[in-house]
Parts: sequence; structure tokens; C-alpha cells
Amino acid sequence: MVALKSLFYKDVALAYRQRAELMQPLMFFVLVITLFPLAIGPSPETLQRIGGGVIWVAAILSLLLGMERMFRDDFADGSLEQYMLSPTPLYMIVVVKVLTHWLMHIVPLFLISPLLALFLNLTFDMYVALMLTLLLGTPLISFVGAIGVALTVGLHRGGVLLALLLIPIFIPLLIFATSAIESASMLLPYYPQLAIIAALLLFSVALSPMAIAYSLKVSQN
Amino acid sequence: MRVLLAQQVACEKSDRQLFSDINIELHSSQLLYVTGENGAGKTSLLRILVGLSSPSNGAVEVNGYDIHKNIHDGSEHLLYFGHKQGISQLLTATENLKFWCQQHGVDTNDDAIHQILAELGLTGLEDIAIKNLSAGQQRRVSLAKLWLKTDATLWVLDEPFTALDVQLIAELEAKMTLFLKTGGAIIMTSHQQLNIDYPLSRLHLEYSW
Repeated sequence: MVALKSLFYKDVALAYRQRAELMQPLMFFVLVITLFPLAIGPSPETLQRIGGGVIWVAAILSLLLGMERMFRDDFADGSLEQYMLSPTPLYMIVVVKVLTHWLMHIVPLFLISPLLALFLNLTFDMYVALMLTLLLGTPLISFVGAIGVALTVGLHRGGVLLALLLIPIFIPLLIFATSAIESASMLLPYYPQLAIIAALLLFSVALSPMAIAYSLKVSQN
Repeated sequence: MRVLLAQQVACEKSDRQLFSDINIELHSSQLLYVTGENGAGKTSLLRILVGLSSPSNGAVEVNGYDIHKNIHDGSEHLLYFGHKQGISQLLTATENLKFWCQQHGVDTNDDAIHQILAELGLTGLEDIAIKNLSAGQQRRVSLAKLWLKTDATLWVLDEPFTALDVQLIAELEAKMTLFLKTGGAIIMTSHQQLNIDYPLSRLHLEYSW
């Protein structure tokens, strides 16, 4: 327990000392979203129709951008070797690292999203649906994405490969999330979509740490 | 007490057989000195012995545990010092060592860490980010683990003398002698001459193609 707590503090301290790098995905997120009204035209109805989808696509891309940070430094400086030779199971270490990473990348995204919802003329109901889908969907992205990061951590410049591996996997999530927001725009219930995303999340939280731990072990060979 | 037992260990890297049929039996208070040319597979052998890489054949037992099946129990009294130093460039020396101790269940406090850092000639540099230290000073911070982990029974040191100055090499050799005399076992590689007044066994890896 002490080991996991100290791991959390270490990752938070590291993220804080790399603030600039942490800001990049967030700025990317904001910039991509501001491009859409410029390119498609500022008509409020159009923006409202595409708004949920635009925010979701931008969120996935910006999360992918920051994803590589998750194990890169630990792999490069040898901390990962020391984790493997410590008494704490790698499974737990991976869970704490993924959750810390998610916390550091998503909280800023949540804070800025009311502004972006305003940019894209989302109604209050759509905004609530967007927040709920992001809350359930983004940890899923982190956990599943971490498998890809762990697999490519030993490669140099695995960034694009990572995106190619992961984007197809996120298609179902994107479909359910945007469909929930669309239902919200028509004032229809959207619990089924949320329930499916939640089920995907629970499934990935339980199983992906094993795959991540195994991939990290393989990348040490 | 037997600390490490390796049986018929073989390693293959991209279709090249680095070594095969390596048998090692190491008891406490023994020093095994692995020699060989660059590329002979010294680092690969050490990584297999501590359980970080899998051998293509054979098994390794550390402190009674099969290290490739149960790395967490097997590495409890093991200290591995490799090419990568296992310290974060952005954290300070104190933070790095404190974190490492918590991670490895070593009971310590700031004063003890400062004292060890002072012994290693790092007074005044305790609270500077590692990336601002010189290569040798970074190695020293990482070597502090040898002083901190007092319950270790086996040290596996891969080129521990790299980038160290003469004075610190002597200090490290004295520390190693003390560790051996108090019942520890060491497996190490080095290209430098080892000036230790202690009987050592050698394992020479032949470069093969």
C-alpha cells in the first residue's frame, strides 16, 4: 500500500515537473475544436449537430497524443526494471500508473469542456450527456491504450504506430458515446448507451492490466 | 547458504546463440566475476539471472524461488544495478531514493538518505534534479541503493565502475568486500581491473558468432 501511494505521488510530481508537455494535448484538444466552426461555418444548428462528435474525436486524438508518456520515461531510465524487481505485483503498479495518467490528462480536459460546449452551441442536456460519456469513456481509452503503449515502448518513435493500432479499437466507444449525445439532443433517454460504455470500462479495468503487465515484461526481453 | 542456482541457461538473440549450457551455483560470501568481450552476452546473462529477460533454455533459482515464475518473491533480497540507473531525471536525489526505498520496502528516512549521499560525496546536491548532475554523480546516486538496502543477500552489478572516479571506485570496492564478508554474494561484470582482496571465481563468456 505504501509502495502504491508513493508511486502515485511520484507520478504526480513527475507530471507537475513536465507541465509544458502535459499542456500540449490539452492545447491540441482546444485548437482542433476551434477549427471546426471556422471550416464548417458558424451556423448554430450545424455546430449543434456535429458538436458531440467533434469533441469526442478531438478527445480521443488528444489522449493518444499524451498516451506515450505513460511508460516512456520509466522504460528509458530503468525505473521499470526496478518496479519488476520490487515486491509489489506489476498488475497493481500498472493500475496505479494508468489511473494517475488518466487523472493528470482528463481533469484539465473536463475543466475546459464547458467553454467548448459553448463554442459548439450544445444544449444543457447534450452537455450532461457529453460529460457522462467522457467520464466513463476516457478511462476505457487509457486502459486499452496502455496495452498499445506497453507493446510499443521498446520501439523508437512508436507514436504513429500507436495511433494506427488504437484508433480502430476505439470505434465502438465512439459510436456509443456520440449516439448517447444525439439521444440527449432529442431529449430521449440514453441510459442503454451509458450502460454499454460502463460495461466496456469494467471489462477493460479488470483485464487490461494483465495484458499491460505482460507486454511490459515482453518489452524487457 | 545457496543464493543462486542457474541450470543449463542459454540465450539466443536474433538467431545468434550468445551462450548455452551455463551452470552457476553461488553461495553466500562468494564473488562471481563475469568476463568477456563486448557482445559476448554479459549483460544478457545478468538480466536472465535476475529474471528480467527469459532464457531460451534453462532455469534460474534465486533464494529458493524460480525467478522467472515468481519474480516478486525471488527478488526480495536481490539488488540489481544495470546499465539503466533506475532513477528519474526530473526528481532530486533524495526524492528518487526515498521513492525507491518505499517501493522496495526498505525502511528509511530523509536523514539516513542524506547521510549516505554525504558518504558518496554528494553533499549539497541532495535537492537538485538528477538531470543537472554529471554522469558520475548520477551513478553515485544510483549506487546509494547498495548502502540503503541492508537486507540484500545478492548483488548483481553490471559494470558498476563506469563513469566513477578513482576515489569512489576504491570506496565501492571496500563496500563490496564488507558485503562479502558479512555473508552477501555478488555477481558482477567489469572491464576495469578489480582490486579486491577477496577470493573470486571467474566465468568467461566466449564471443561466438
